[in-house]
Amino acid sequence: MTLEALKQWGANVEEGMKRCLNNEGFYLSLVGRILPDDRLARLEGALNEKDFTKAFELAHALKGMYGNLSLTPLYAPISEMTELLRAKTDMDYTALLERAKEQFKKLCEL
Amino acid sequence: MLPNRTKRIRSTKRQILVVDDEEINRQLLGFMLESDYQILYAENGKEALQLITENQDSLSLILLDLMMPVMDGYEVLQTIQKDRNLRRIPVIVLTSEKSAEVKSLQMGAADFIPKPYDMPEVIRARVHRSIELAEDSSLIHATEDDPLTGLAHKDFFLEYCHQRDQFDTSPMDALVLNVNRFHLANEIHGRAFGDKILLVIAGQIAALLNQTGGLACRSGADSFYLYLPHRDDYNDLLCQFSEALEKETGTGAISLRMGVYPYVDRALDMEQRFDRANLACAPLRTQHISQVSVYDMKTHEKEVYAEKLLEDIDTALSDGQFQVYYQPKYDIRQDKPKLCSAEALVRWFHPVYGMISPGFFIPLFEENGLIHKLDLFVWNATAAQLRIWKEEYRTCVPISVNVSRIDLLTPGFEENLLSIVRNNALQPEDLLLEITESAYTEHIDQILETIHRLRNHGFRIEMDDFGSGYSSLNVLSSFPVDALKLDMKFVRTIDTNEKAYGMLKIMMSIAAFLEVPVIAEGVETEKQLSLLRDARCDIVQGYYFSKPVPADSFTTLLGASGRKEKTS
Repeated sequence: MTLEALKQWGANVEEGMKRCLNNEGFYLSLVGRILPDDRLARLEGALNEKDFTKAFELAHALKGMYGNLSLTPLYAPISEMTELLRAKTDMDYTALLERAKEQFKKLCEL
Repeated sequence: MLPNRTKRIRSTKRQILVVDDEEINRQLLGFMLESDYQILYAENGKEALQLITENQDSLSLILLDLMMPVMDGYEVLQTIQKDRNLRRIPVIVLTSEKSAEVKSLQMGAADFIPKPYDMPEVIRARVHRSIELAEDSSLIHATEDDPLTGLAHKDFFLEYCHQRDQFDTSPMDALVLNVNRFHLANEIHGRAFGDKILLVIAGQIAALLNQTGGLACRSGADSFYLYLPHRDDYNDLLCQFSEALEKETGTGAISLRMGVYPYVDRALDMEQRFDRANLACAPLRTQHISQVSVYDMKTHEKEVYAEKLLEDIDTALSDGQFQVYYQPKYDIRQDKPKLCSAEALVRWFHPVYGMISPGFFIPLFEENGLIHKLDLFVWNATAAQLRIWKEEYRTCVPISVNVSRIDLLTPGFEENLLSIVRNNALQPEDLLLEITESAYTEHIDQILETIHRLRNHGFRIEMDDFGSGYSSLNVLSSFPVDALKLDMKFVRTIDTNEKAYGMLKIMMSIAAFLEVPVIAEGVETEKQLSLLRDARCDIVQGYYFSKPVPADSFTTLLGASGRKEKTS
């Protein structure tokens, strides 16, 4: 994974790097920590069970993580879901979840 | 200013706790701050609280996520705010929601950092600023409050009172509360007991302020200042304080004194208002019961006036503001009253206050010993005048001068008096010495000895104000006196009060027993004179014959000696 590839994918690399004091190694290592994270899959499970409380907690955690690393393509759908789940909106989250899953997959392939 | 100061105080890195359940977030914050701070990490509220408790003395700041498993950030914040020791540690909340920002600030958070995080320089600045503010405020608190009672120190208190006045114009009272003989309580029961007294009082004051509003401080060792909305009576309050003291200390022996300056004049500065409360409070110092004293403008003005007079005495002596007047004494043993003596009385013509009553300034000077200077002046002036009468008019009567208690105890007193007599070519019997009865109450042996010696030199002693003081009949017989001078209070009422006349006759018998003549002062009416004659009084002095007159007027009287002079 390179900064350039992340940039191509859509991450706000400049912003994420600033938070890491422009330390490329540190930034990339943090992004690398995202990849084995299973919370996106657990979010899907919670949504299938309509456990919105649990789903909100997971979405909120992911939002914070993605946001701080400026992983914009992931942050955008998760952030939207978080707000909906905060209000316990009973709706079909498939589209938003798919968007996130697709972006996560792309990230893993970088 | 502060960074330099705190740098001086602390050379090691400050400690910060980062609380977030998300490892990436913890690491990010840690990475941003680790060059400036020593970082501790916690994954949830429970872990955080444990670390906070363990490191409460060293922690400078907590960065706290709100949404966490096990225990959330709100609960942590709440627990910290409830704890007196933990409360001083500033908390910055990490949140992505606007509503949480407000809530956490309301719950006592110092600041918030939004998620996703701001740029590192912003976060560092906010962290730095929060620590700085907290340390600054704890430094202020450390100096602002009295560590024992938790009440403010005086300077801060006075400033707070001043600030209060800016937005509240309702009538206020300034109070001083003191513990009577506090140093003795400390000495007898130990310092811990003294501290307990102060703590009980401080506790009562704090409860009072909660009810009534107002401000208070510990202004000295055993002194408290209170600035309260006006109330008419403080006796209940003092009573309540005393009861609490008795209950808490187990003894009713501790009493309080309270000075109140009600309806403070806002033209006075804050300290002057409490000076007035102190003035009211001071006279209660020696009391053994709790008492309230309210400031009185007249008392205050009198004190200020007295202080000014005390300052003026030297100038007055050198500028000739004092003058000696002479009030004639008449021998009434014959049908025709005969001028036989006079009393030298001092008059003060003050350039600002005009003629000042000796009834005011003499007791004032007696109180602090300045009377000796004034007496010396009168003795000298009288002796010089006697010399003039003797040498220029070839006529003279002995003149009595007042000798104060303090004169008798002043070293060199006899020599002074003798040299005054010598320098004016007089004899000791030309000066009669009036010594007030109350002079005989203390240092009796020394005073009696001095009086014996004076008599041996030829001076004659008149006991002044006889009957007003403390003379005890059993020692009276040993007092070396040549005349008794009745207190004028007796004479004033003999024509209207039979008992007073009866007392007068008893005193006449005492004088007869002691074989000394009696002089009556303050004779103002013919009836008084006639009653005194009937009681076999020897000599009289008073307005019925003449008021005190300047030397030249007395010269005229001397020429007319033997005639009854009546002056209005």
